[in-house]
Amino acid sequence: MTGKLFNFKDYIRPRFFPHMWCPGCGHGIVLGSLLRAVHELGLNKNEIVITSGIGCSSRISGYVDFHSLHTIHGRALSFATGVKLSKPSLKAIVPMGDGDALAIGGNHFIHAARRNIDITAIVMNNRIYGMTGGQFSPLSGSGKKATTAPYLTIDRNFDVVELAKSAGATFVARSTVFHANECKDILKKAISHKGFSVVEILTQCPTYYGRKNKEGDAVQMMEGYKTNTTKIGSKKLEKNPNLIQRGIFVENTEVPEYCEAYDEIIKTAMKGKA
Amino acid sequence: MKDNNNIRFVQGNEACVEGAIYAGIDFFAGYPITPSTEIMEHLASRLPKKGGKFIQMEDEIASMGAIIGASLTGNKVMTATSGPGFSLKQEALGYACMAEIPCVIANVQRGGPSTGNPTHVSQGDVNQVRWGTHGDHAIIALTASNHQDVFKITVAAFNMAETYRTPVVILLDEVIGHMREKLVIPEPGEIPVVERLRTSVKKGVDYHPYLPREDGRLPMSDFGSEHRYNVTGLFHDMWGFPSNDPQVVSELMRHLVDKIENNVNEINMYKEYWLDDAEYILISYGSSARSAIHLAKNRRARGIKIGVLELQTLWPFPTEMVREKCAGAKSIIVVEMNMGQIITQVKNAVDNPSNVFLSNRIDGELISPADIKTVLRMIQGKGV
Repeated sequence: MTGKLFNFKDYIRPRFFPHMWCPGCGHGIVLGSLLRAVHELGLNKNEIVITSGIGCSSRISGYVDFHSLHTIHGRALSFATGVKLSKPSLKAIVPMGDGDALAIGGNHFIHAARRNIDITAIVMNNRIYGMTGGQFSPLSGSGKKATTAPYLTIDRNFDVVELAKSAGATFVARSTVFHANECKDILKKAISHKGFSVVEILTQCPTYYGRKNKEGDAVQMMEGYKTNTTKIGSKKLEKNPNLIQRGIFVENTEVPEYCEAYDEIIKTAMKGKA
Repeated sequence: MKDNNNIRFVQGNEACVEGAIYAGIDFFAGYPITPSTEIMEHLASRLPKKGGKFIQMEDEIASMGAIIGASLTGNKVMTATSGPGFSLKQEALGYACMAEIPCVIANVQRGGPSTGNPTHVSQGDVNQVRWGTHGDHAIIALTASNHQDVFKITVAAFNMAETYRTPVVILLDEVIGHMREKLVIPEPGEIPVVERLRTSVKKGVDYHPYLPREDGRLPMSDFGSEHRYNVTGLFHDMWGFPSNDPQVVSELMRHLVDKIENNVNEINMYKEYWLDDAEYILISYGSSARSAIHLAKNRRARGIKIGVLELQTLWPFPTEMVREKCAGAKSIIVVEMNMGQIITQVKNAVDNPSNVFLSNRIDGELISPADIKTVLRMIQGKGV
């Protein structure tokens, strides 16, 4: 497909549309960046398995014309682990929401990172449970409003990048839906990376998070991604250390990939050892 | 012990592993738990030798997820667990029912609820197997009382998983799992092995992953091949497209239940001992059946017309078969190691439920022939 102009219709299932995301939701931009990344990498649609859990973000899997596995809440990475280990020639992509990935799915997240299995985990972080109507997530952070925090949240938030790094992910990056091209370029690198890759993408939920926390409409929230973030190590950061950094934080190709390591186990076992 | 030696002296858990290998297992994911751990230990060694894959996951839920993922790429898959782990697997087990993913789950029962009695025997999970996951559904569960039969039902479990595109539970218990006895491994071909039914629909032609053929079976297409389709735990149409259309929902629900309940005779496996003239029938399964058979043999020698119906298929419950076998009996004693789970089904099946009695043991010890004899003598009016 390389060389051919990108046409999103080549990559979606019209049957599944219109999508169920709210007006102003950032998730469609993530979908666009993902499809452009797949297109530019020239991947065959038959070699991609997209596995998701439950939540607004997880509906991505139905919309794309890849092999798609829409599973149960929080467990997408474990299903994807079975797909990938059983057939390592497949590309495994796992889009997840923040609650899906890091509350109910937190254990699978750190263990997939520890194994360094070749899966691309995309954490679509809108800091809220959208599908159930605006409850706080482990990425909301303290002092926020949610339907389950009418007096403000007291829960602290995870930093996805720091968590992924310390759990051993060998590719860790962050971007936002304001930076759609940057998202696409990072996703290309993440999908090509041999090992567990984590891409956090900040994406707005104007319907719940924005409305509850008076952050304005979709345009204003996206403006926030522009003004409140900066590239890793930029000069702006020296002046304002509170800016959220974007870019690739870890890209480590030294660690053995899990499926390749298991192939060595098979070789050993077939020789009759152990 | 060498692989080419067909006669083994093994634990029941190993007999289960041998059955899985015979049936063509490609992939196992699991998490250690007593008393099932030997199943995963042996497969960790055996699977890579034949080019298969083994993974120790971070928890029971992940193990269930991993085998479902691996089944979709075209593999025969299995996990193994015991009570607490089986509880954790329920949501994903329901997913496999809904999305019609062939997979095998061994549950080597220990005492429960909760952490319970981990190293001791129980048959307390019979009803959990049937109704553990939420929502209406059908399930297949097989059990056995000796290692040759453990091997046999394990092969059958893989065969049924493929035939009906469903999870199948192998319900063993701690005594069967850990006891050692002789196992003769059949020659290849001696027991039929059902392979994955793959679609013959060619590239470029619409493939409907959830459109049953005339015989009710749904041919699959491996992830990675030409047909790209959606798999979901939501109610879905023949494309795998989510739907809450009342007709789609109702048809899928009926299909999921009917494909199993309508084939109860094909799925039903059982053994019978001295039933022809039996006035007293012991109905049992798993390790309890060993004591039931022992007692019946012993009483027969004393002239009592007693027989044993040993169930190997617990779910779908073979109601008709039990009714027919029990039609001529004066009394029926259900022998099981729980507070009375299969007895409910037996009472529902037979013509006169007031003739059905329970002989049970719930203290973690194997029920003995003497325990059953006590109940028999009470029924006979002989006193204890």
